[in-house]
Order: sequence, then structure tokens, then C-alpha cells
Amino acid sequence: MSKDLTIKDLHISVQGNPIIKGLNLSVQQGEIHALMGPNGSGKSTLAKGLMGHPLYEVDSGEVIFDGVDVLELEPNERAKLGLFLAFQYPTAIPGVSLANFLRLAVSAVRGKGANGSEKDGLIPMREFRRELREKMQQLGVDDSFARRYLNDGFSGGEMKRAEILQLAMLEPKIAILDETDSGLDIDAVRIVGESVSQLIGPDLGVLIITHYPRLLDYIRPQFVHILLDGRVVESGGWELTQVLEAEGYDPIREKHGIDE
Amino acid sequence: MQKGDFSKEFLEKIAATEPQWMREKRLEAYALYESLPMPHTTKDDVWRRTVDMRTQDYWRRTRRHLRSFAVDRYHPSVPNGAVSPEDVDYNEAETAGVLVQVDGQRQHTSDSEILKEKGVYFADLHTALQAQPELFRSYFMNKAVTLETALKSGNIAQRNKFDALHGAFWQGGYLLHVPKGVRVEVPLRVYIRMSEAEQADLSHTLIIAEEGSQVVVLEDNLSTTPDASGFHSGAVEIFAGQNANVTYVQVQRWNRHVWNFASHRAMVARDAQLCWVTAMFGGRLNKINQAVVLEGAGGNAKMLGLAFTDARQHLDVSTAQEHVSPHTFSDLLYRTVLKDRAQSAWGGNIYVYPSANHTDAYQKNDNLLLSERAHADTLPGLEIQAHEVRCTHGATAGKIDAEQVFYLMSRGLSYTEAEKLIVEGFFEPVMERIPLESVREELNTSITRKLVTS
Repeated sequence: MSKDLTIKDLHISVQGNPIIKGLNLSVQQGEIHALMGPNGSGKSTLAKGLMGHPLYEVDSGEVIFDGVDVLELEPNERAKLGLFLAFQYPTAIPGVSLANFLRLAVSAVRGKGANGSEKDGLIPMREFRRELREKMQQLGVDDSFARRYLNDGFSGGEMKRAEILQLAMLEPKIAILDETDSGLDIDAVRIVGESVSQLIGPDLGVLIITHYPRLLDYIRPQFVHILLDGRVVESGGWELTQVLEAEGYDPIREKHGIDE
Repeated sequence: MQKGDFSKEFLEKIAATEPQWMREKRLEAYALYESLPMPHTTKDDVWRRTVDMRTQDYWRRTRRHLRSFAVDRYHPSVPNGAVSPEDVDYNEAETAGVLVQVDGQRQHTSDSEILKEKGVYFADLHTALQAQPELFRSYFMNKAVTLETALKSGNIAQRNKFDALHGAFWQGGYLLHVPKGVRVEVPLRVYIRMSEAEQADLSHTLIIAEEGSQVVVLEDNLSTTPDASGFHSGAVEIFAGQNANVTYVQVQRWNRHVWNFASHRAMVARDAQLCWVTAMFGGRLNKINQAVVLEGAGGNAKMLGLAFTDARQHLDVSTAQEHVSPHTFSDLLYRTVLKDRAQSAWGGNIYVYPSANHTDAYQKNDNLLLSERAHADTLPGLEIQAHEVRCTHGATAGKIDAEQVFYLMSRGLSYTEAEKLIVEGFFEPVMERIPLESVREELNTSITRKLVTS
């Protein structure tokens, strides 16, 4: 049975400032949702709050995934449950190779003792390498990526591709893509968009958080939501992106009485 | 077991079987030792050449620790000439020679056939004193770690009470002599251990690599019990002769009840290369002076340091890179991780003499704090008297990055796993420059052990 992430009347504040103010949203495995909003509407706060960043304080509301209260869990437990966040600004971890880190992450998410794992709880090296190579080929990522230090000295496009590679390896049930298209040129957006679209299927639910509709040319969402002032103010289908493209956020702001 | 002390009578007992010149050298050091005050009874950090406001701040911390140290509580071993060396088994493909010392007394020495064939001399210091008196007299505490010297960083040693104590009472350690042109590719291994409580270990490392030779030495200083208190007053002297290639790795894993004082100095001759790795995990208080002197043109020294302290450990390290000759190169990278209430103080100096144009000298000290109560002071310094010089220095100290932890946890790693990965990544720039896989593995084991103990 497909699982869903349900957000009910969620309130999140950062250093005492309320940012998310009563947000409702539900994403099911196999569905693609786009959450669009201008700068300052709370997009990244929602993304980090859902993943459990310690500086993002959940004041009230519920986030339920597969019947489990996600808000009670540490970020790593959320990952094990099947949530994934592709960061807008991935953090560099100097000295830690992408491959070394990913083997730990994949082993952690799949759980100890999962298919043929070794005594140290890690998936066998040979198996991991084969899988990583396959995924890298599938996504057109260069072999040298695996040996490089995680996000250290990566270009904007490389960082985002590394995020998508992690998504592919960790096989989450729900993935949140936080402004994955930001800071990329048109070619890079295309590459990232095509990579993500390869991963889409009945087992993956996607919440694409974005400012511009560019990425949506490659990953066509079934559901589109408009985020303004910490709330989802409009929900609809593909046509909403066309309205936004033509008119921008101002008419929607006006309609809901929200100041810029 | 019979125990010695730091008296003149005991000194005479040690010196009884030694040549007269050595006895005199010991007595001279003893006189200096007697004349010097304990370092912490003065306000200045006598281990450092320059004292400014910043050094005083961390000197205060070291002084506070030193107040609970009493040298008389510790006892040097009574020389026991009767201990006969036993052979130890080892794989000659991986190890060219082994020396094991426990509580200042040699337990085992083994040379591979290769060492014997090549004429390499490798023995405990007491045996070496009898067998190689000329070599001994010319090098031992005469050129590198000395009680008086014209070298800039040497002013430190001149006033160092513990160097004087070491000169008076040294026991144990080893001499390694690699003759001209001899290349030993397989590492030699030395294990210096302390086992008994209240033991004083005064071992001395003397490595002489003659012109065009090559050697790799892995030295492990280890407590065999977790809570036997101890005192180490050591010295390391390394001579990399013209065009020689020396790799020296010292891993210090004393337990947390050992007071650790040492002076390390390497002399790098013309076109010689030195790769010097110092890893520090143990000790209650560590006060280490480490200097490399680039004496000959074209000399090249890499100094790599890696330290992980926890509980209430205190680590105080002074380093010096002395460029005496032109076209010399030195690169120092020290990285320290601190946990719990551990403290560290690192002060490094690059000295470039007027005679040392076309020098490249680099120096970097980084500290990673894993707890709120850990404390790191770092003070890089330059003293440049030549005109054509390329020097950089830098220092950082920072807490573990919460964004890094969150990123890793969002991928399924627990806090502990995330912290471990960040620490390993922090040490990686040092690790990747260590040329031996086996050493890297041993260091990783020690790092992991530090991370899991609380």
C-alpha cells in the first residue's frame, strides 16, 4: 500500500519568528507535488523543519508519515522511515569521500542485518560499489565523484547532482527537493531535471519546492500548491504554473490580502 | 622491584658502567637541572622563546596543571644489565627490525638479516654506548637536543629543566645508524612501554641517517595499564644526512595518568628529506617542544601532527621550523580534536635566517572542539630575516559544525556516527600525507577508541 506524508496545521518558527503559519499538505508515494512560492514565503523553513533541523522550532501541528508522528523523531530516524531532503545548499564535509559517506548512509537507512550486511553493519563493499557505479552511470555522473570529498569545492551543478545521486542510492519513499534548480544555468537545470525524472515511479513521492517553474518542464507535477506567508493558499494542477508564469504572485497576494 | 630516584647518588650508580665522558656529561646536566627552577614557578613560559600577552594566557593553564606535578613521586629504573634480549617473531617482509622496551629496560631486540647485511646498527642505547662510543659521543645531546645552542629555538632548551633532567638521568631508548648509501625500505618498529605505577621513563631516540641513506621508523609509546601513573622525560634526535630520506612516526599512547615532557629535534642536511609524523592521544599533561632545523640547502621537512585529547587532558606543544640555509622547504600541519574538558595550547614559529633566501615555509594548526567545555589556544608566529621567502601560516579553532551534523543525520547517520565521520574528515589532510597504510590504520583505531570512550 502506498504511504503518505500528511502535514496538518503546521507552525514553525525560527529564533522566535513564526515562518510557517498553519500549513496543510499531503503527499503520497507515487505522486509529484510542486510547492511554489516567492522568496521569504517559508519554503526552506518547511523543508528543514520537515527533516528535523534543530534550529527550526515546530510550535504546533502534525506531520504524520505512514502512521508515525515524524515530529518526535531525530533527523536520522526520519531518514530511516523513508524521508529525504535534497538540500538547497548542501553542506561540505571536507576529508570525507562521497563513496565512504554514502556507504554509511545506505547501510544506516537499510538497517543493520539487511540483505547480507557485514558484521560492522555495513553493506558489503563489493555490492555497494556495484550499486553506486550503476546509479552513477544511470545519472550520467562522472566516476571521479565517488572519491571526491563530499560537496567540498563542488560547483553548484555538481552539488545538486550529488544530492540526486544520494536520492537514488537511499531510495526514499518521499523526497523533498528544496530549490534544487536554484543557482543553476539552463543546462544544469536540464541535467538535474532529467536525472530526477529517471527516478520517478510508483514508489517515490516527490515534493518539489521551487521559486521558478523551470525544473517543472522536466518533472511534470500532478499537483501544484502556492505558498504565501507560511500557508498553502492555492492548490491545483499544472494550470496553476501557467497562471504564475503569466501573472506572477501579485494577483494571488492581492486575492488573499497578503502584503509583500 | 628496586627503584631509583633523581639524586646524585643514583646518577653515579647509572654512570658507573659508562665511559667517563658520559658520566661528566650527566653531571653537567645534573648541575643545570639543580640550578633551574621548576618551570611553573615562574610567570613566563620558559619553554617559549617569545612571551607575549597571548602566550601568557595559555601558559597560565599549563602552570595550573603543573602545580600538581611532583617529580620526586616518580622513580627511574635501576639499570639491570642482566636482561638478555629475546628474539621476537615478526615478518621480515613488513618489518626490518624490532625493539621492545618496558619501564626503561630493553626486553627484546631483533634485527632482520637485511639490517645485518647492510651494516645498519640498531640497538638499545646502553648497548650502543658500549659498542658505538664514537658515534655516541659525536651526536648524543651534542647537536640537536642540547643544553646550550646558538639556534633560535634552542634558547628554549637552554633553560628547560626537563631537558637537563633527561640529560642527567636518561635511560633506555635506542640508536639507529644507517650507513652511507644504505636504503632500508621496510620500516623498523620500536615499542616503548610503561607498566609499573610511578615509573619514570627517560628514553632517548637517536636516529642517524648518513648521506644518501633511507629509513622508516615507527615508534610507539604506550602504557600497558590504563591507570598506572607515570612520568616521561624524553628526547628525540634525528639526523637526516645529505640527500638522506627519513620517515619517523611517533605515536604517543600513554594513559591519562602520565606526565609527558619531551624535546624533539631534527637536523636536516643538504637535499635531505624528512617526513615526521607525531600522533598524540595520551598523557595527563603533555609539554612537547618539537623543532626541525634545515641546515643544508635544498633540505625538505614535512611535519605532520595529529592529536586527540579528552577528559581533562592538557596538551601543550611548541613547534619551530628553523631555516638556516637557502632553498629549504618546510611544511607543518597540526590538527587537534578536543573532547570533554580537554585543553590544548599550540605555539608554532617559523624562523628564517638572513642566510636562508628562497625559503618556502608553511605552518597550519587547526582545532576541532567536540564539547562546549574543551578549550584550544593557538598561536602561529613568524620571524623572517631573509628577503626572498614564501611563508604562510594560519590557525583555526572551531566547534563541530551543527549544519554538518544535520546534513549527515538527514542521511540516516546517528549523531555519534556523524561526529565520527566529521572527525575522520578533519584528520584526513594529515592522514593522506602519511605514506604508510599500516600507520594510518593504527591511528584510525586509536581515533575510534577516543570517540567511543566517555
